[in-house]
Amino acid sequence: MSKISLIIQREYSTRVMKKSFILLTFLTPVLLVAMISAIVYMGTIKDDKIKNIVVVDKSGLYKDVLKNNESYNFQFSDATVDELKKQNSENSDFAALLLISKDLRIDSTAAVMYSDKQVNLELKTYVSGLLNSYIEEQKLAAYNIPNLKEMVEKSNSDINLKTIKWGEDGNEKEASAELALAIGMLTAFIIYMFIVIYGAQVMTGVVQEKTNRIVEVMISSVKPFELMMGKIIGIALVGLTQFMMWVLLTGAILFGLSTTFAKDLDMEKMKEMQELSQKGMQGMPTAEMNGQIADFMTAINGLDFVQIISMFIVYFLGGYLLYASLFAAIGSAVDNETDTQQFSMPIMLPIIFAIYAGIFSAENPDGPLAFWCSMIPFTSPIVMMVRLPFDVPFWQIALSISILVLSFIGTTWMAGKIYRTGILMYGKKTTWKEMWKWLRY
Amino acid sequence: MSLLSVKNVVKQFAGHRALDGVSLEVPENSVYGLLGPNGAGKTTLIRIINCITAPDSGEVLLNGKRMTAEDVRHIGYLPEERGLYKKMKIGEQALYLAQLRGMTKADAQKALKYWFEKFEIQTWWDKKVEELSKGMAQKVQFITTILHDPKLLIFDEPFSGFDPVNADLLKREILELRDKGATIIFSTHNMGTVEDLCENISLVDKSKIVLQGNVADIRASHATHTYLLKTRKEVEITDFELINNKSLNGIFEYTIKKTAGDTNNSLLAKLMAQTEILSFEEILPSMNDIFIKTVSGS
Repeated sequence: MSKISLIIQREYSTRVMKKSFILLTFLTPVLLVAMISAIVYMGTIKDDKIKNIVVVDKSGLYKDVLKNNESYNFQFSDATVDELKKQNSENSDFAALLLISKDLRIDSTAAVMYSDKQVNLELKTYVSGLLNSYIEEQKLAAYNIPNLKEMVEKSNSDINLKTIKWGEDGNEKEASAELALAIGMLTAFIIYMFIVIYGAQVMTGVVQEKTNRIVEVMISSVKPFELMMGKIIGIALVGLTQFMMWVLLTGAILFGLSTTFAKDLDMEKMKEMQELSQKGMQGMPTAEMNGQIADFMTAINGLDFVQIISMFIVYFLGGYLLYASLFAAIGSAVDNETDTQQFSMPIMLPIIFAIYAGIFSAENPDGPLAFWCSMIPFTSPIVMMVRLPFDVPFWQIALSISILVLSFIGTTWMAGKIYRTGILMYGKKTTWKEMWKWLRY
Repeated sequence: MSLLSVKNVVKQFAGHRALDGVSLEVPENSVYGLLGPNGAGKTTLIRIINCITAPDSGEVLLNGKRMTAEDVRHIGYLPEERGLYKKMKIGEQALYLAQLRGMTKADAQKALKYWFEKFEIQTWWDKKVEELSKGMAQKVQFITTILHDPKLLIFDEPFSGFDPVNADLLKREILELRDKGATIIFSTHNMGTVEDLCENISLVDKSKIVLQGNVADIRASHATHTYLLKTRKEVEITDFELINNKSLNGIFEYTIKKTAGDTNNSLLAKLMAQTEILSFEEILPSMNDIFIKTVSGS
């Protein structure tokens, strides 16, 4: 077995066998799914306590309009607002107080809601919804035109603008800008995270080998470059393994969940929707909801996942190799881990810049910022991932990858030179000037 | 016939010259000592021999041919600052290092088994390095250095960190390796081991070789013609200069110095007439004395 593959093997197996790696690899997808489910679940929980709302209706027009539902119970009172307020502060038996002082057709600001707490949005929309639809009906009826209500209902429209992009072969695909954005940002963020986490691992690995004086032993049997590349490649494989495991595990968990719960969930949702629409609220009709889900599915199908995943691997490896070699060079130049900070700062800056550039590029994926940042090798792995779902011309991808490959060959070569000298230097505080000298040895 | 020749090697670092025209010849199948105070340039010289750094000028020849990176594989090198991966198991680590030195896994396993038994450390195989003391780790490192049966062994300060028992074990191993045909170069501060082990030495000081040659010759050339005499009865020293005398448990000890003209035999002949002579030996200067004298004198 060649020496470099021995080194790769050691770097890989010692890291993959670590408890922390195994834990993180298996727990992250579980946590991710748990978090998403928790958010979805909490959204569905309803407060089942019935709240009393006292209504002081001076116009006397709205007694039949304000209907009780499972959350709110309306009580009508003739007392004055001040009395009711006082009464409530003694024994708080109602949640809010609605005062309607005039006919709302004449003065639309005549309804006021009082409460000792901030009135929640749900109550506010419920009450104003009921009042609005009643007033609308009243106004329409005042025109005395037969069938006006039906006419107005028919003329209501809700336009759902579909975006369709066509490929060069003329095939049309439905696209969703929101989904493309989400996928782009997610992949870009994963690349950012992996570069930072695994780049830092390369750096601490090199520092440890140096401070433990293992390099001295190693260097008589392997070339420094082999040692450095073995470490970088070994850790890259660890990163890829973790990513693949995440994709597979998350997929498996989501698939398992959807097959077990899909039916119950859909039934519940439909029932809920029906109830809502019956009560005259602006709930979405079931058909429309289903239409949206279908749209979402076609949009997902519209994305080229093979391209996104393969480009993810290319840009992850390219970006990682570019930065990891620089991290290795820094690790070799310092004596202990605390010293790494001042040197890693200039390397972290472009990575952080890249993630911001990625966020701004998402707004205009074909703009000059997006274009240039997806060409510059220090930002391209992150920014290009944001742009990819928005269909980047082939020549741009090819050019960006070529620049990235050439650059990482360059940085690796440079890092190799610094590393070669750095790992055998002890006790001296390294400066940028010194590192520049090592480059030219 | 010298196995290794270092010819006029110069190495310049930013600011100072680490080696200034250093030459030495290491005869095959011998133990060679590289002595010198801290910072004299020993480690730099050893790194140049191992092709870790390149000399600015001069050359290193192995068997009369310029040394190549390929030749380094036949060297067993134990650096002064030596470490192991702390979290790795001893056995795995030894296997890994042996494989990096070009051994197959099966060969390495066989050889490791032999050495672990010889050093009685078989039970360490599954231990982690962080569980071992420094001396214990040194043993493992020594084994991994000699495992691939190199022709030339280079040890940088091999005795540092060893207790006397293990230092003795190491000395015996070094001599045994020599008897099996290996050539050994080691650097040390411990002059006692030099006297015990080395045939030839070079003393490096301030980047230059200040003393070089056969240990016996060097000691003889630094001889002060002082002798230690032990007798049963008190005697009178006439022809030699008496430096010191003392008696203990009925044994009389005289430290005497030869003056011009007299021979040992004529003195002994006179003394033998007076009493029984228990011993008579030349006090040779220790390498320690020679080291201090040479380094502080230059």
